Amino acid sequence: MNDMTPTREQREAKLEGMGCKRKRVEDIRFTQGRGNYVDDLKLPGMLHGDFVRSPHAHARVKSINGDEALKVPGVLAVITAETLKTVNLAWMPTLAGDVQMVLADGKVLFQNQEVAFVVATDRYAADDGINKVVVEYEPLPPLIDPFKAMDKDAPVLREDLAGKMTGAHGPRKHHNHIFEWTVGDKDLTDAAFKKADVTIKEMLSYHRTHPSPLETCQCVCSFDKIKGELSIWGTFQAPHVIRTVVALIAKIPEHKIHVISPDIGGGFGNKVGAYPGYICAAVASIVTGKPVKWVEDRIENLTATSFARDYHMTTEIAATKEGKVTGLRVHVLADHGAFDACADPSKWPAGFFNIVTGSYDFPTAHLSVDGVYTTKAPGGVAYRCSFRVTEAAYCIERGMDILAQKLGMDPAELRLKNFIKAEQFPYHSALGWEYDSGDYHTAMRKMMETVDYAGLRKEQAEKRAAFKRGETREIMGLGVSFFTEIVGAGPSKNCDILGIAMFDSCEIRMHPTGAGIARVGSKSQGQGHETTWAQIIATEIGIPADDIMIEEGNTDTAPYGLGTYGSRSTPVAGAAIAMAARKIKAKAQMIAAYKLEVHEGDLEWDIDGFRVKGLPEKSMSMKDICWAAYNSVPPGMEPGLEAVSYYDPPNMTYPFGAYICVMNIDVDTGVYKVRRFYALDDCGTRINPMIIEGQVHGGLTEAFAIAMGQEIRYDDDGNVVTGSFMDFFMPTAVETPHWETDFTVTPSPHHPIGAKGVGESPNVGGVPAFSNAVNDAFSFLGSTHIQMPHDFWRNWKAAKNLGVFA
Amino acid sequence: MAKTHVTMKVNGAEVEGLVEPRTLLVHFIRENLALTGTHIGCETTHCGACTIDIDGMSVKSCTMFAVQAQGSDIMTIEGVANADGSLSALQEGFRMMHGLQCGFCTPGMILRAQRLLKENPAPTEAEIRMGISGNFCRCTGYQNIVRAIQYAAAKINGVEFQEAAE
Ligand code: FES
Ligand code: FES
Repeated sequence: MNDMTPTREQREAKLEGMGCKRKRVEDIRFTQGRGNYVDDLKLPGMLHGDFVRSPHAHARVKSINGDEALKVPGVLAVITAETLKTVNLAWMPTLAGDVQMVLADGKVLFQNQEVAFVVATDRYAADDGINKVVVEYEPLPPLIDPFKAMDKDAPVLREDLAGKMTGAHGPRKHHNHIFEWTVGDKDLTDAAFKKADVTIKEMLSYHRTHPSPLETCQCVCSFDKIKGELSIWGTFQAPHVIRTVVALIAKIPEHKIHVISPDIGGGFGNKVGAYPGYICAAVASIVTGKPVKWVEDRIENLTATSFARDYHMTTEIAATKEGKVTGLRVHVLADHGAFDACADPSKWPAGFFNIVTGSYDFPTAHLSVDGVYTTKAPGGVAYRCSFRVTEAAYCIERGMDILAQKLGMDPAELRLKNFIKAEQFPYHSALGWEYDSGDYHTAMRKMMETVDYAGLRKEQAEKRAAFKRGETREIMGLGVSFFTEIVGAGPSKNCDILGIAMFDSCEIRMHPTGAGIARVGSKSQGQGHETTWAQIIATEIGIPADDIMIEEGNTDTAPYGLGTYGSRSTPVAGAAIAMAARKIKAKAQMIAAYKLEVHEGDLEWDIDGFRVKGLPEKSMSMKDICWAAYNSVPPGMEPGLEAVSYYDPPNMTYPFGAYICVMNIDVDTGVYKVRRFYALDDCGTRINPMIIEGQVHGGLTEAFAIAMGQEIRYDDDGNVVTGSFMDFFMPTAVETPHWETDFTVTPSPHHPIGAKGVGESPNVGGVPAFSNAVNDAFSFLGSTHIQMPHDFWRNWKAAKNLGVFA
Repeated sequence: MAKTHVTMKVNGAEVEGLVEPRTLLVHFIRENLALTGTHIGCETTHCGACTIDIDGMSVKSCTMFAVQAQGSDIMTIEGVANADGSLSALQEGFRMMHGLQCGFCTPGMILRAQRLLKENPAPTEAEIRMGISGNFCRCTGYQNIVRAIQYAAAKINGVEFQEAAE
């Protein structure tokens, strides 16, 4: 060895593999304005489409007249449902097994519903055209309150379903009913409640909100009449699924559809589904033979493309007087809006809401969910959430706090008493999941020690006493949240989208000089896949991450994948990457054995190559093996070094975390101050701690927004009253609290690298932490539950209702 | 609609174009000049994705007509890197401190931060947070953007950047 020989540490560091805070590859272009987002695309002769939208929540469409619009300079076409019917596209299937109008067909069912599509030479002309389309409406009664949806005299919303008393998920009980979904043992649960010393019951509402990524939904469709090929560039979190959906509904052979997701400006679940804009742009391109761009504006985004949540959860917990939980019973009323456009795996009408037993050892539980139609925008997307897991976590975490209050127990103590113990994993929950791994007590205790939980409770007691003595008008709340998530959809045995199993995929191709490209079926929207996927490969095959290019989003080149949402990329695509890399490594080992003239079994892996056991100086680096793969492979072996892996996960992964929010509220103004927020996450093996921390910061900020004010609200007439960033709460750097992050590591036993996924944990765990803090603050004044969102005005109102101004 | 001739300086170069009086400056920049680094997130002056620098001020270019920019001196994200092509202190800070994720807010955020550091070369954390409060970021939670700006301020001022303990 001479001085130039790198040390093991240097060789390791050069890889920038797993566990390293590698700086992001993407940032070089993004910081210079060289990203490539959909709206940046400009094709020769490109036209622009824009929507005429309904001002009414519910109305009959008597006529649509586009004559005046067609006289506007630049306007080329006005497309209506009648036009779409000629190509059988007036309605489209939703991911949830329902159908949705692409353009109003006879009726409108929510405000800002798409009524007509105006195509023009530029976006200004399209807008001029919209203003000239004359639509005659006959208003019908709106239906805003989901609790009234199944009243006898509730207006009939979906006339297309008349007489169909069976939907995609079984029988329908009422003309506005979509499905009923039940899980668990009802009799056993009812019995547990009969026997219980203590029970609680509370209706917990998780209000309607919206993911609103900074870039709205948009696409460019370009149909080549000569070749019969349709190219679609779009903000798609799941480009392959979009390709298959288009093939199925537009009857274009799938190989003639090219779907490309370029850089995406945030998704958060908003960009999973298929929207009328995509269909209309595609039809317009087919009709005109020109490329057509559709770009949603912010108001359209907030009011028409998919909302999230709107779950109303009647929650009951049974327990012994010592605080041991004995049963959980939840009924959910789910408001899906005008069409069931939930983006859930097909067999799961309420997503994975049956994770609602959370981190606790419930001997029995029963859950029922009723989905209903209302005259609101369709959707039900997983806003930074793995399919209704945020709602479930809110339900159980608020429920546990309410139970603690009734028992007169500390909420942290109650949780510690009921946690699933480390030795119980793999754990079978009462509602049917097999939790892979966890160590909840350690995480909870670490949180409590770090923030000095006992000290905070003491301070709170003193503050309460001072408040009662009239010495302060400030109250203090501690919001504890301990969530268990279920992510990584998912195993083919229970997860599919439109019949396609929810596997994911990776193809790695190593070049002769030791650099390579990996194409993956996932699609980053800011998560940094170009950086982290290369880190997995670097560790697995010993090639520096800098020498691996990651490509996603082009359905012609990437292997089929189900896309990025529900924190599924690391659990599923991440596993496929590791497995593909291992195939590369296996072939590399055969080549190295041949070149080193030893038996394969005599080789061992050493950071960046193979060496002969016992003869460390006899070795071959992966880089040299790459060359050999194209130059001198063993006789009978095919040259080249490529591998593909399609990974069907054996189970979901179950990340968890312990969060706490410390908050003060001024009762006279309702103004709150987040004094401290500490988030401990356990996402198993950590690929890039810098990116994990960034994900947690971002998710917590969204959780903060949702819990403290971010709401899509309708007035009694069905008008959206939070349709712009003026009224829809978006926290700026000023309101956003400071985040403290921490971690424990409990690897997933079934994942090739032990990783679990983290992107959504902070949203899932954050919302209950904030809401519990507010509720904890007010609890000593006699309050049991205050509904979210907890903005200043509602806090003030809560204080008023509790009589503090007497 | 009748078109108006406009001229202005963008990233040091004289540019001109024919625009309708109602053409928004952001559309002129993105579509006529093909400088697509300036983004659109709302068109209602709330999000700041379209922030550029005009005559020494941060301006949301979605709420200004191209004709109003007649004769002005503009900088967009495409003009921010150092003359030799290397990243500016702010661009580097955003990368080093993980101040971006999807990158959609980043051009507006960097332009705003650049002007902020001219207005106040050594801002406190609270001043930074207030100074960028016209710009939304949906991804990062702002904390690392604040650190990115502190990193850049330190680099520009030639002092050592103290990573906040966390
Ligand atoms: S696009 Fe200009 S402020 Fe949002
Ligand atoms: S990085 Fe995505 S909006 Fe800021």
